[in-house]
Amino acid sequence: MASIAPLLLLVLLSTALTISSGSVDGFTINGRVKIPQGMGTKGFVLPGKTSNVKVILNGGQIVTYLRPDGYFSFQNISAGTHLIEVTAIGYFFSPVRVDVSARNPGKVQAALTENRRGLSELVLEPLREEQYFEIREPFSIMNIVKSPMGLMVGFMLVVVFLMPKLVENMDPEEMRRAQEEMRNQGVPSLASLLPGGGRN
Amino acid sequence: MAIRSFFVPFLLLVLWFYSSLSPVLSLYEDQVGLMDWHQQYIGKVKQAVFSTQKTGRRRVIVSTEENVIASLDLRHGEIFWRHLLGSNDVIDGIDIGLGKYVITLSSGGSILRSWNLPDGQMVWESFLQGPKHSKSLLLLPTNLKIEKDNVIVVFSNDRLHAVSCIDGEVLWKKDFETESFETQQVIQPPGSDLIYVVGFAASSQFEMYQINARNGELLKHESAIFSSGFLRELSLVSSETVVALDSTGSILLTISFQNGEISFQQTPISNIVEDSSGPAVIIPSSVPGIFAIKINSVTIFIRVIGKGKLEVVEKLNQETAVSNALPISESQQAFALVQHAGSEIHLVAKLAHDWDANLLKESIKMDQQRGIPHKVFINNYIRTDRSHGFRLLIVMEDHSLLLLQQGAIVWSREDGLASIIDVTASELPVERDGVSVAKVEHNLFEWLKGHMLKLKGTLMLASPEDVAAIQSMRLKSSEKSKMARDHNGFRKLLIVLTRAGKLFALHTGDGHIVWSHLLHKSEACQSPVGLNLYQWQVPHHHALDENPSVLVISRCGPSSDAPGVLSFVDTYTGKELNSLSLDHAVVQVIPLPHTDSTEQRLHLLIDSDKHAHLYPKTSEALGIFKREFSNIYWYSVEDHNSIIKGHALKCKCTGEVADEFCFDARDLWSVVFPSESEKITATVTRKLNEMVHTQAKVMADQDVMYKYISRNLLFVATVAPKGSGEIGSVTPEESWLVAYLIDIVTGRILYRVTHHGAQGPVHAVFSENWVVYHFFNLRAHRYEMSVIEIYDQSRADNKDVWKLVLGKHNLTSRISLFSRPEVITKSQSYFFTHSVKAIAVTSTAKGITSKQLLIGTIGDQVLALDKRFLDPRRSVNPTQAEKEEGIIPLTDSLPIIPQSYVTHALRVEGLRGIITVPAKLESTTLVFAHGVDLFFTQLAPSRTYDSLTEDFSYALLLITIVALVAAIFVTWRLSERKELQDKWR
Repeated sequence: MASIAPLLLLVLLSTALTISSGSVDGFTINGRVKIPQGMGTKGFVLPGKTSNVKVILNGGQIVTYLRPDGYFSFQNISAGTHLIEVTAIGYFFSPVRVDVSARNPGKVQAALTENRRGLSELVLEPLREEQYFEIREPFSIMNIVKSPMGLMVGFMLVVVFLMPKLVENMDPEEMRRAQEEMRNQGVPSLASLLPGGGRN
Repeated sequence: MAIRSFFVPFLLLVLWFYSSLSPVLSLYEDQVGLMDWHQQYIGKVKQAVFSTQKTGRRRVIVSTEENVIASLDLRHGEIFWRHLLGSNDVIDGIDIGLGKYVITLSSGGSILRSWNLPDGQMVWESFLQGPKHSKSLLLLPTNLKIEKDNVIVVFSNDRLHAVSCIDGEVLWKKDFETESFETQQVIQPPGSDLIYVVGFAASSQFEMYQINARNGELLKHESAIFSSGFLRELSLVSSETVVALDSTGSILLTISFQNGEISFQQTPISNIVEDSSGPAVIIPSSVPGIFAIKINSVTIFIRVIGKGKLEVVEKLNQETAVSNALPISESQQAFALVQHAGSEIHLVAKLAHDWDANLLKESIKMDQQRGIPHKVFINNYIRTDRSHGFRLLIVMEDHSLLLLQQGAIVWSREDGLASIIDVTASELPVERDGVSVAKVEHNLFEWLKGHMLKLKGTLMLASPEDVAAIQSMRLKSSEKSKMARDHNGFRKLLIVLTRAGKLFALHTGDGHIVWSHLLHKSEACQSPVGLNLYQWQVPHHHALDENPSVLVISRCGPSSDAPGVLSFVDTYTGKELNSLSLDHAVVQVIPLPHTDSTEQRLHLLIDSDKHAHLYPKTSEALGIFKREFSNIYWYSVEDHNSIIKGHALKCKCTGEVADEFCFDARDLWSVVFPSESEKITATVTRKLNEMVHTQAKVMADQDVMYKYISRNLLFVATVAPKGSGEIGSVTPEESWLVAYLIDIVTGRILYRVTHHGAQGPVHAVFSENWVVYHFFNLRAHRYEMSVIEIYDQSRADNKDVWKLVLGKHNLTSRISLFSRPEVITKSQSYFFTHSVKAIAVTSTAKGITSKQLLIGTIGDQVLALDKRFLDPRRSVNPTQAEKEEGIIPLTDSLPIIPQSYVTHALRVEGLRGIITVPAKLESTTLVFAHGVDLFFTQLAPSRTYDSLTEDFSYALLLITIVALVAAIFVTWRLSERKELQDKWR
C-alpha cells in the first residue's frame, strides 16, 4: 500500500466546479481520468491511450468514454448520491461516490469508496496497476536442485561419492566386524541383488 | 480400489495444504491461449458506412443491434476497434465526417459523439436537448460549410441542430412550433444552402419547412391537408419529392414541394399493380426516382416518371433486400438488390435512372443455415480498366455478416454469437480404435522433440526461434481441437442458442464452430423465437454408439402466450431430428430427474393455463411419470404482484383437451410479499446437476456440522419498491433488501434477513448449502456480498462414532420436508469493490474440489474468488485450529487479486452470463463466459492435484531416470571390481 501514497499526492487541489446545474432537467457531472505517465508501461494500455477506458455511472445506468485529454461528463443527472466506476484494463480504480445536491448546486462532494478519501476535484486516478500474470522466475540452479528430480540425483550423488569416503574413514576392525555380522545374517550384498550379480 | 480410496483423501490433504499456502491461482503470460480462447463479435449490423479513401486502410464502420460501433477491416473482416455503448444509449445513426471522424447519434438523439476513425478514440461529445421526444435523424451534408466548418445536421428531440464537425459545438438550433408535428425526413439538396424538414401534423396534414442551412432561419413553412390521412412512412425519391401511403395503404401519394409549393398526386395501387390485395407497406430506401413497396410478401419497385407519374418496374416474389443509393459519378447513382432463392442468393446492382441495365448480376451459393438476406450495403471501387466494381456487405437472417466481391464471399463473420441466450454442453464422440502405428511413432518423435525444445526453454538455452517454435507448438497442439472425447473430459461441445434462432456447436479446445443449424421454419410457425436449451438425450456409457441430442424450446411469435415449438437436434451432426409444433404455450420447463429406456429425459412443460404437459409422449414415459406423480413439485414467481406459488400435480386434464399426457396442477402454497414494501428482484435455486461430495463438514474442534442440502430450496431477494430504481434515487432510510430461503415443497420460510439501507440490483448464486448475493449498501455507499450457510441440526447428534458403528445413527432415515426441519444458519457480509454483471460458481465432477465464485465485474472481466473468503465463520483472530482448517482472518472487504482474473488481460465485452461445466477430471472445471464476446478457459480451483500440469518437464524426468540407471550400473561395476580386489587380497 505504500506505493499508493505518491500517487495520491498527484491529485491537483484546484477549486474547479465538477458539478453544475446545466439545464432544466438535471445536473451535469464533469470529471477527469488521469493515468499518470510512467504507469501503463507493462503493455496493457499504451501510455496516453485512453480509448478503451470506460466511465460508468451507477453500475451501468450511463456509460461514457474519455476525450483525448481524459475528461468525461455525465448529463441529466438527478440530485442524490451516485457512484462512478472507471474500468481500464491494467489498472485498479476505486469507485467514487459523488453527491449531487439539489439545494446548493455546484457543491462538490466526492469520495473514493475504497479508502473513504475525499476528493476536492473529480480527478480519478488508478489506485494501483494490475498485473494479471505471474512473473516467471528466471532459471536458477537452485530450482532444479530443489525439484524432486534434482533431489533424487543429489541423493544418488551423495551415496555414490560420499558413502565410500565414510566407509574408508571407519575403523578397519569395526568394518570387518560389521561385514562379518552382515555375512552371518545373510544379508545379500548390493552386487548380488543386481542382475548378473549371482555369477560370482 | 482400496488404495485409490485411501489415496484420494491423502491427495486432498496435500492439495489443501498446497492451496492454503497460496490461494491465488494464476497464469504466466506465455500460457495465454493454451487452455483459453477469446472471440470478439459485434452483433447484427444495423447500419454500415464505408470508408474507402485512397490513403489509409479500407474499412467499414458499423453499428449493431448489440449497441456496438466498430471499425472492420474491409479486406479480412477483422475488428480494428470497437465500442460498446451503454444499454440506455441506443445508437440511432452513424456516419463518417471529413473522412476521419465517425459520428454517432445515440440515446434517442440526445448524445452526439465523434470518434477518431483510425483508432476509435472519442474526440468530442455533445449533448443535444429539446422540448420533447421525437424521431432522431442524422445528416452529414458533404459540401455544406459554415465559416469553413463542416456541419452535421441533427434532428432530435423535436429540434433541428447544426453541429460543427470539428469540435461538436452547436452552431444553431431551430424549434418547430406546430403542435403534434412529427418529422419524417430532413433533406438537404446537394449544392444548395437549404434544408427541408418534412413530416406530418395531426394525422392528415403534411408539413414542409424550408430552412436556411447557414443560420437556421425559417424561410418558408407550407402545409397541406390530405383528408384520408397518411401512414407514418415516407420514401424519398428526389430532393424535392417524397412518396407516402394513405392510411388504408391502398393509395400512393407523390408529394412534391418544389419551390415551396406542396402538390399531391394520388395513384391507387390497383391502377398500376394488377393483382394487388391487402395493404401495402413502404420499404424505406433512398434511391432517386425509385421506391419499393411490399404487399403481402411481394416486393414491388415503382419508378416515378416526371410529374407524379408512377410505373411498376419489377415485381419480386422472393425475400429481397435493397441497399441505399451510392453515388458513383457526378450524375449516376447505383444501388443493389439481394434476393434469396433456395441455396443461392442473387445479387444485382443497377443504376438508379436505368432499371434495365445491370451493372452487376451474380449468383452466389449460400449456406442454407444462414437464412434469408436481411440487409445489404453497397460500396464501389475502380478497377484497373477504370470500370466500376462493387462490393456488397450482406447481413443474413442468422445475424452473420458477409462481404461479397466478384462473385465470391471474401469474408464472413458469425456475429450471431454476440447474442447468446442459452448454453448447454455435450460430449464429443468416442474415439475409434485402431490408430495406425506410423502415426504413433511420428507422434512419439514429435513428442520427444517437443519436450527437448521445452527443456531447452527451461534451461534458458533456447534461441528466439526455438522460443517461437515452443509457443506455436503449445498453442496449436492438434490434441486440443480433436473431434473426439479425451480422457480428462476437457474436450466437449458447447451448444449455444442465439437470439437469431440459430444453434451453434463450439469446440471447447479452440472455439471453432463444429456445426450450426438455423431453427426450422414450418408452415405453422414462420418466425420461431428461441427460448431455452435442454439436454434431451444423454446416452449412458453402455450406449455410446447413440448420438446425444438437445431439446430447443422456442416460441412462435413475440407474445408470451404464443404456442411453443420443440426441436430435437443431434449434437454430433447438428441435424434436426424432429420438430413439434405445440398447441399450447410454454411458460415453464421442468426437466425431471428421470429418463426412459432410450435415455430420453422426461420434461414437464407448464403452459399459460397451468396445465402440465409431459414429454416425450410415450407410454413408457407415462409409466415412469405415474410412479413419481406425487413427488413432483414446482414453483412459479409472479413478479408484478410479488407472489411466489408452489404447485403440485392433481389429476389428468379435464375439459376440452383430452390428452393423457396433460395434467392439471394445484396450488399448494403461496407466499405473498407485501406489495407496498417488498418487490421481488431475484430468485435463485441450486443447479439441478450439481454434485455434492459430502454432507458433513468437519470443524476445527473435531466437531461435525451437517450441511442442509436440499434441491428444494429457493433464495428470494426483495427490495423496497422505491429502491428498485437506480443508485442515488433513494435515501438509505427508505430502502431495504430482504433475503429469504424458502422450501419450495412446503412454502416454509426457513430463513429471513433484512438489510436496511440496501438496494438492488441483486445478483445471487446458490450452491450446496450456501447462497452468496451481491447488492448495494447505501449507507456505506459500497457494494456488499453476503453469504448465508444453512446447516441441518437434526443430524447434529450423529457425532458419536459408536453410534455410527452400531448403526444407531439417523443418517439413512427418510427426511420429509413436511416435518419442520431443524436448521441453523450462519451469515456474514463483506464489502466488494465493483458492480457485478453475473455470478457463477465452479462445478466439478464429484464436488470434492473446493469452490470458487466467478464474478463478472462491470469491467467485463471474470474474477475468481475462493469461497473461503466468503466463509461466515471468518473471525478477526482465528484460533490455531481454525487457521489449520483454512479460515482466513476477517477483513471488511473481499480482496481483488489481479492474478485471479480468469480472463487475465482480456475483456468479455458486454458480459451477460458465466457457465461452468465439470470436466471428467475432478480438479478441473470448464468456464464459458458470454456476452458480445466469448471466452472459455479451464479452471482448477484447488490446482490440478490429480494430473501433471502442462508445465511438467517430461524430458527432465527422462534425463533423471537415465542418470539414475547409469549411476546404478556404474556403482555396480565399481562394487564388483572392489569385491574382486578384496578376494585377490
